[in-house]
Amino acid sequence: MNLKQASIFQAFVVTLKRDLLIAYKRKNDIVNPFMFFLITSSLFPIGISPDPSRLGEIAAGVLWISALLASLLAMDNLYRADFEDGSLEQLLVSPHPLYFLVLAKNIGHWLVSGLPVVLISPLIAYMINLPQESYSVLFFTLLIGTPILSLVGSIGVALTVGLGSRGLILAMISLPMSVPVLIAGTLAIQETANGAPLAGYLAIMGAMLLGSITLAPLASALALRISVN
Amino acid sequence: MQRSEGQEALRVDNLFCERGERILFQDLALVICQGEVIQVKGPNGSGKTTLLRIVCGLHDGYQGSITWCGETTREHPEDFLSSLTYLGHHVGVNKVLTPLENLRWSCGLRQETDDKDIYSALEDMGLKGFEESQCFTLSAGQQQRVSLSRLLLNQSNLWVLDEPFTTLDADGVKLLEGLLCKHIDRGGAALVTTHHNLGVPGLKVLELT
Repeated sequence: MNLKQASIFQAFVVTLKRDLLIAYKRKNDIVNPFMFFLITSSLFPIGISPDPSRLGEIAAGVLWISALLASLLAMDNLYRADFEDGSLEQLLVSPHPLYFLVLAKNIGHWLVSGLPVVLISPLIAYMINLPQESYSVLFFTLLIGTPILSLVGSIGVALTVGLGSRGLILAMISLPMSVPVLIAGTLAIQETANGAPLAGYLAIMGAMLLGSITLAPLASALALRISVN
Repeated sequence: MQRSEGQEALRVDNLFCERGERILFQDLALVICQGEVIQVKGPNGSGKTTLLRIVCGLHDGYQGSITWCGETTREHPEDFLSSLTYLGHHVGVNKVLTPLENLRWSCGLRQETDDKDIYSALEDMGLKGFEESQCFTLSAGQQQRVSLSRLLLNQSNLWVLDEPFTTLDADGVKLLEGLLCKHIDRGGAALVTTHHNLGVPGLKVLELT
């Protein structure tokens, strides 16, 4: 047998492929966050008011909060199955920097749980009467914002994966870290509707995304090492 | 990667580890040379698994030094980890994936792995015909065999195996002993915990209390 060591990029690709394959085989990983997003945001017209003008005022916040909760709901299965069946140990004893492998897992997770939410968001926005000129802003802020939620949430999941019951503690760790994204996302939609330029908000969110791509996987990797200890 | 037999591979010195209030080991020393199998024995709770996890860098609540070919594994883990195959208590086999897909990932992390090689490794492990069935349809012993296929595919220098015999049938036990013999013939080293009497030549035993 001819053995050639895998490069970091190859290790990254096989990890990403594996996670996507698992998600494909367990369809509810894809459907759950998506359905949750749909259901929570459709509760607001029922609970608050079906009046289009009142809904329009809160639409940005509703969409962002629903997206945030949907991402939180999907977070838990990021490392749990791997932790329980021992695949996580195999990941940790691989000779590659854990940063890239964790990043691959986070990207796979976002493609499965975040991207569908982003894609369906204009439809929900239509349902709760978001002003039409804000559709593209909503779409782009979610497109930049949901990966941040996945990356940051991954730290909390990695920290809690070894705990028996972790329902609330995960939310306690992840939600405060997600608040800046929520503020930036909703502000961008509201202020651009009032005539402010979009570029500044996109730049802030872009900076958050770059910051979390560089730092969050490092923290997740460390947290995973602590969790398997 | 071939190293001459008898040369020191892994060295553990002055290892100290406590769990809770209890001291698991103190002044533990261990040397594994190329072409040598060390069996770790001891009653339940004596720290066999912890020792193996410490060696692999999965547990860092210890004091002492662990060196691989002269370099400490804490500071220079890359060379060590690329010569290591660790198979733990949990088999590391995802239930919804097939054996083929599982091995494509776990071996693909280490080296470029061909599907042909995976098929032949699975056949050697007695899993011909199960390559494409999802792992939850396999028995515990068969999943263990999927995990053991990594030993064939990775061709690592050091094997660290935690209770590899537990779910295997008599044939599987013979198969794994055969693999261990071949491994030490090639100059590989292995650290194994088991209560089973290993039929491997030149076996050394480390008793934990």
